[in-house]
Amino acid sequence: MQLVIGGVSIGCIYALVALGFVLIYKATEVVNFAQGELMMLGAFLAYTFISILGWNYWVGAAAAIVCMFFAGNLVDRVFLRPVLGQPQFSIVMVTIGFGYMARSGAGMVPGWGTETYAISTPFSSEGMQLVPESMGSLVISQTDVSVIVATIILCAVLYTFFTHTRLGIAMQASSQNQLAAYYMGIPVKAVFSMIWGISAAVAAAAGILLAPTTLIDTNMGFIGLKAFPAAVLGGFGSIPGAVIGGLIIGIIETLAGFYLPPGFKNVAAYVVLLIVLVVRPQGLFGQKTG
Amino acid sequence: MRFLFKTNYNQDIRIAKHSGYYWSYGLLLLIVLAAPFVLEGYYIGQMTQLYIIAIAGVGLMLLAGYTGLISLGHAAFFGIGAYTEAVLTGNGVPLPFVEEPVVFSFVVSMPVAAIFSALAGVVIGIPVLRLTGIYLAIATFAFALVIEEILSRWESVTNGYSGLLVESLYIGDLELTDGPPFYFLCLGMLLLVLLLSINLLRSPTGRAMMAIRDSEISAQSMGVNLAQVKTKAFALSAGITGLAGALFAHKLGFLSPESFTIFQSLELLVLVVVGGIGSLHGAIFGAIFVLALPQGLAILKDYLPVAIAETPGIEPFIFGLILVLVIIFEPYGIYGRWLKIKLYFQMFPVYKKATFKRQKAYMKSERLK
Amino acid sequence: MTLFKAENLAINFGGVKAVDGVNFEIKKGECFTIIGPNGAGKTTIFNLISRIYDSTEGTMIFDGQDITKVPPHAIASLGIARTFQNIELFEHASVLQNLLVGRHCHSRTGLFSELMFLPSVRRAEVAHRDKVEDIIDFLDLQHYRDSLIMNLPYGVRKVVELGRALCTEPKLILLDEPSSGLNVEETQDMSFWIDDIKKDLGITVLMVEHDMGLVSEVSDQVLVLNYGRMLAHGSPQEVQNDPEVIKAYLGEQE
Repeated sequence: MQLVIGGVSIGCIYALVALGFVLIYKATEVVNFAQGELMMLGAFLAYTFISILGWNYWVGAAAAIVCMFFAGNLVDRVFLRPVLGQPQFSIVMVTIGFGYMARSGAGMVPGWGTETYAISTPFSSEGMQLVPESMGSLVISQTDVSVIVATIILCAVLYTFFTHTRLGIAMQASSQNQLAAYYMGIPVKAVFSMIWGISAAVAAAAGILLAPTTLIDTNMGFIGLKAFPAAVLGGFGSIPGAVIGGLIIGIIETLAGFYLPPGFKNVAAYVVLLIVLVVRPQGLFGQKTG
Repeated sequence: MRFLFKTNYNQDIRIAKHSGYYWSYGLLLLIVLAAPFVLEGYYIGQMTQLYIIAIAGVGLMLLAGYTGLISLGHAAFFGIGAYTEAVLTGNGVPLPFVEEPVVFSFVVSMPVAAIFSALAGVVIGIPVLRLTGIYLAIATFAFALVIEEILSRWESVTNGYSGLLVESLYIGDLELTDGPPFYFLCLGMLLLVLLLSINLLRSPTGRAMMAIRDSEISAQSMGVNLAQVKTKAFALSAGITGLAGALFAHKLGFLSPESFTIFQSLELLVLVVVGGIGSLHGAIFGAIFVLALPQGLAILKDYLPVAIAETPGIEPFIFGLILVLVIIFEPYGIYGRWLKIKLYFQMFPVYKKATFKRQKAYMKSERLK
Repeated sequence: MTLFKAENLAINFGGVKAVDGVNFEIKKGECFTIIGPNGAGKTTIFNLISRIYDSTEGTMIFDGQDITKVPPHAIASLGIARTFQNIELFEHASVLQNLLVGRHCHSRTGLFSELMFLPSVRRAEVAHRDKVEDIIDFLDLQHYRDSLIMNLPYGVRKVVELGRALCTEPKLILLDEPSSGLNVEETQDMSFWIDDIKKDLGITVLMVEHDMGLVSEVSDQVLVLNYGRMLAHGSPQEVQNDPEVIKAYLGEQE
């Protein structure tokens, strides 16, 4: 059970990355292989604000998230707009290329480089008892709680945003048939950039939440690759699916690390991915295609 | 401008469409054959590496460029081929009725490595047959990660991260692993693979592969058995890449799972995209690009101010940057640019820039097809 | 002699009966047209016959054989070819290559012999090319033989689509809105070709059409569909004068 809690915590991180990832896919049908890199950039920005400039944790985190919103917007304008309309494969390659650039670029920024960093957070990593002592030991740290709470808040905010605003509908239309969306007066390109901005902001949040656990360095983005199994498991076009998928993957991975021989922990997520793709490609909540 | 006067269907079926091809490719062949006698050892080694990567590139090109199945994990087949070759020529394989593990000569082991890779291709190909586009890419990506993990954990066979020594190649007493003999071996393999691919592409199965790339639904209506052709494509592609891996094993002399990670898979993909997707020339150009980039950067570093040159990660940055630039500005890759330049000279001075102007394209959802 | 028979054909898409209880018979050598308002289920029937969709009810019998459960890629070798409403040609290939793919159901060469390009493969290639050239002559496509599809105008693409279906040497050809997007001359050409297909090539034609002029010119039988159900059936004149049909298309007189 303890393992499950640990799994939920890391699962929330996966869920957030998968969430940002599915957001972009749902809106633009682009699979963003650089989602992990966006997370990494968000974490680095937070580090810059909090540790280098000495701002308050909450202010710094918020600032990083806002900055990444604009960064995501910018990435869409610079990298994705010129290739709109090209086959999906080309667009995926552009995101991969951007990922390379972001990863090595972050290494080149003075003050960042290839070192590993930490941010001081107001949450302690000490375990707190979840249940009375008599029922056994079940600890959860404040850090874990913060991750879970933040994820819930973010999901709620995004859910209301998309179901109750015009942007959500515009987003769906643009993703299904761009040309028709244009005819309907939807500023497709602006909508896409907004989505990228939101997605990058969510990734930044994930990065900031992840920082206490795994520390910040330029290779942080690889954790984001686990978002793929999460998104596929949940169903590629489904936002709640991404979240649930992330949680399940996190739990499975932690359990695998404990019960199975070493090495399985790394691949457990991907084995699940392969099984899902073969058995039920649309995942738990996705739409059946074709 | 050249006008082709056709009198025979065979002229269209032939590999060389007109006599000019014999001259230009013949010259290229002569240069390439003469190279080891003229160049120094280092350059021979580089060109050998070029051939090996080009073979792997052709493998991926057949799958991604011609059949439209994007594989994000081709390094897995590269690795399977390499390790199979290393094991077969090194420690050997324990067979039921023989006391000692049997060690094979490369003449046997290389085809076996290729076939084993092809089988792996079938194993991954069959379950993912029904998947489209991005799902396929992700599945191959996951598969590659699993294979990488297997290669590093199955220590009894692969020695994991401690590394595996690879034996040299021998024909009788002649050692083939270094210098000119190995160069000719790799060149020969590349020419063989190219020939097989060209033959494939001008026959029904090759056309079926391209049909699948462009429109699966109408390919089916024309009688193309999607599952069968896709499996064949996977097997062939994996086999060719595995063959390249086997050659690679001997070139390196020492194998470790770090040579077969997602980076190598992405490198192969970049090779295919930058070289020019959908053409065999593209695989060669792509191989030249992938090989030449680090070299070029190393040379450039001498000319750049120290501050820029010394920053770590400049190489992957340029790598990513070129990839993005190629896709945005020249989707047909280096080969595409080459064709445009050729056309310019052929049509001089009446070349119109608008010949290749791209239509404004709009994205149509692939989900609802 | 009945070439094709659909009995009680029906398909559901999540509660919506796109096709419901459709029965019809096509005689060999005739031109059978299905008409109806948009969304009536006409292309769905084509997709059912090409086995792209699985029917939820009913059977289809082609040339004496039950094809209700046959895999989609087997349809071509059985002798049924089709064109698509929104042209599904291979964009990056030339007209010739597109037409050669039409010959795929007749190719007998295996992978290994193709890799070596044995003389048997070469002979087969020349034979395929011969057949394709016959179709090129029939449709006057000589001019466009080596052009890439993506460089061709819509009217030519429609003809290539027709040609590709003909290259499979079918017994029954399914034409999905052959005249949509064509101007008057091109439609006239199309009607001549459909006639030639029927009379010279001896191929039975099943057509979906909206252009009533074309329908009256070439069809022997017409079936009217509305909301997935049959509305009327008969010769073009009978159907055009049927009060139910008029009601469906034009509405009732107040």
